[in-house]
Amino acid sequence: MSDAVIIASDLRKQFDNFVAVDGIDFEVRPGESFGFLGPNGAGKTSTMRMIGCVSPITSGSLTVFGLDPNVDGSEIRSRMGVVPQSDQLDPELTVAENLLIYGRYFDISRSECRRRTVELLDFVQLSDRANDQVDPLSGGMKRRLTIARSLINEPELLLLDEPTTGLDPQARHVLWDRLYRLKQRGVTLVLTTHYMDEAEQLCDRLVVMDEGRIAAEGSPRNLIDRYSTREVLELRFAIGENDANAATLEGIGERCELLPDRILIYDDDGEEALGEVHRRGVDPVASLVRRSSLEDVFLRLTGRALVD
Amino acid sequence: MTSRAIALRIVPVELLAARRPQRMVERSVMFYRHAWLILVSGFFEPLLYLLSVQVGFSSLIGEVTYDGVSYDYAEFVAPALMAAAAMNGAIFDATGNVFEKLRHSKLYDTVLATPMTASDVALGEIMGAVTRGSLYSIAFVITMWAMGLVGSPLIVLAVPACVLIGFAFASVGMAFTTYMRSWSDLEYINAVTLPLLLFSATFYPLSAYGGWSWIVYFSPLYHGVVIVRGCNLGVLEWSMLGNMAVLLGLSWVGLRFTARRIDGLLLT
Ligand SMILES: Nc1ncnc2c1ncn2[C@@H]1O[C@H](COP(=O)(O)OP(=O)(O)OP(=O)(O)O)[C@@H](O)[C@H]1O
Ligand SMILES: [Mg+2]
Repeated sequence: MSDAVIIASDLRKQFDNFVAVDGIDFEVRPGESFGFLGPNGAGKTSTMRMIGCVSPITSGSLTVFGLDPNVDGSEIRSRMGVVPQSDQLDPELTVAENLLIYGRYFDISRSECRRRTVELLDFVQLSDRANDQVDPLSGGMKRRLTIARSLINEPELLLLDEPTTGLDPQARHVLWDRLYRLKQRGVTLVLTTHYMDEAEQLCDRLVVMDEGRIAAEGSPRNLIDRYSTREVLELRFAIGENDANAATLEGIGERCELLPDRILIYDDDGEEALGEVHRRGVDPVASLVRRSSLEDVFLRLTGRALVD
Repeated sequence: MTSRAIALRIVPVELLAARRPQRMVERSVMFYRHAWLILVSGFFEPLLYLLSVQVGFSSLIGEVTYDGVSYDYAEFVAPALMAAAAMNGAIFDATGNVFEKLRHSKLYDTVLATPMTASDVALGEIMGAVTRGSLYSIAFVITMWAMGLVGSPLIVLAVPACVLIGFAFASVGMAFTTYMRSWSDLEYINAVTLPLLLFSATFYPLSAYGGWSWIVYFSPLYHGVVIVRGCNLGVLEWSMLGNMAVLLGLSWVGLRFTARRIDGLLLT
């Protein structure tokens, strides 16, 4: 218990009258990769900032590496890497200089900073842009540079706030691979994401947050088993016919979710459910049977679809 | 523990919380390496001041009586302009430039995610402004010498004196910047520096202000002018310790305020 990298209990964050994080408890163990999932405004970034020691906690308790962020913020920050939600690169410096000076903030020697800069630029495939200014880089390149920057101090703990938002699919897969390798080396990862596939790929354990609280906690597989059925039937109808059809579909499957553009029917046997739909004389424009995913857990727990 | 407690009483807390302010200076050096034109442009303003003295004033006014002694007017006014240039440079650096990094590029948010502290940022940026300013001060002295405006070898002491002036104005300027909401707030700066320039015994001796001379004591620039002028005229007096104390006090208050404000603004 005490070897946990992060321990939060009844952690709260309040801005003026607004409660952004409303008494959450969680623990992150060494070498684990831990995810925060939640809709916009759920309090993910607020939580990450408290862990990153750049936002004082309002109440409850929080320890990182067994230290108190209020007292030993500097020491804690020296041992972790941070990828903030917005890149915040230094626009007055070049790509390579952004990494060099960032290493210097950690008191790493100049020669070592130079060595790591070369290595990290290669790691995120930006070596050919080393001497360019930062502003003209594409969004995805900036994101990759921010990730490289967070690794300059060889952190034990890496905080990633929506690390792959804005990356193209290929770049995301490359990044997942890089993060997986870091995990192999024993780095503890804490990330937030809106992408369910990312959470399934990267997280050993995750919590679903909503309105400042934790709605559920577990491994991706475990959450799917607990909060969803084995399969899901997706039905699409012509515009404006969703509501009328929903009434007719009443009672099919364990549960039914009405979305603006489609209807989801939760049942362990999707084909069986589709048969029943046809028997009732309902004729969707398109239908699809698939396995349950975290997306369905999310929908069930927050009543909202994920926003990209 | 006790030695720390003692140290706390002697050195302001803000200075103790600053472990690596020099990193901010290092960052500025990195920036100026490929923006050297910006650095060079700073040399010209003070140069123009000196030219105007050489060509303009001194041909109109030959001599001035200061503390009962008669001096060449150009030698009297040049060091005052040096002090004013140190003030302007420091304020310029600590306001516009800092505002950009504080509110737009979010540089300080990034820096605070590392082991650096708000005090490192405040002290470091002020040190950066002072470092840049001291380059200009050295250039100013050399130009004065080339124009034959140096009255005493003590003028070399004017450089550290300008460092102090720069420190005072940079820290107060940076504290002001933390309250700025938009670029237009920079107008307030001119509204303050222009009167300071005119009412700091810059162009004439304090006695010229007659019954109003007590007001001049409230101008921080005046205290800088007294020291720098003393250096050029070759007269150092014990009272200058008092002038230095005013500038040091201002530096300390400004630094303290700035560190607190950055902490409060960014670490929410
Ligand atoms: N500095 C602040 N002052 C006031 N309110 C804030 C502040 N920062 C965040 N909030 C509020 O706290 C709530 C949670 O915000 P937070 O950024 O933690 O959400 P999030 O889960 O990261 O959302 P997203 O997915 O959109 O990034 C929001 O309603 C936001 O408006
Ligand atoms: Mg967020």
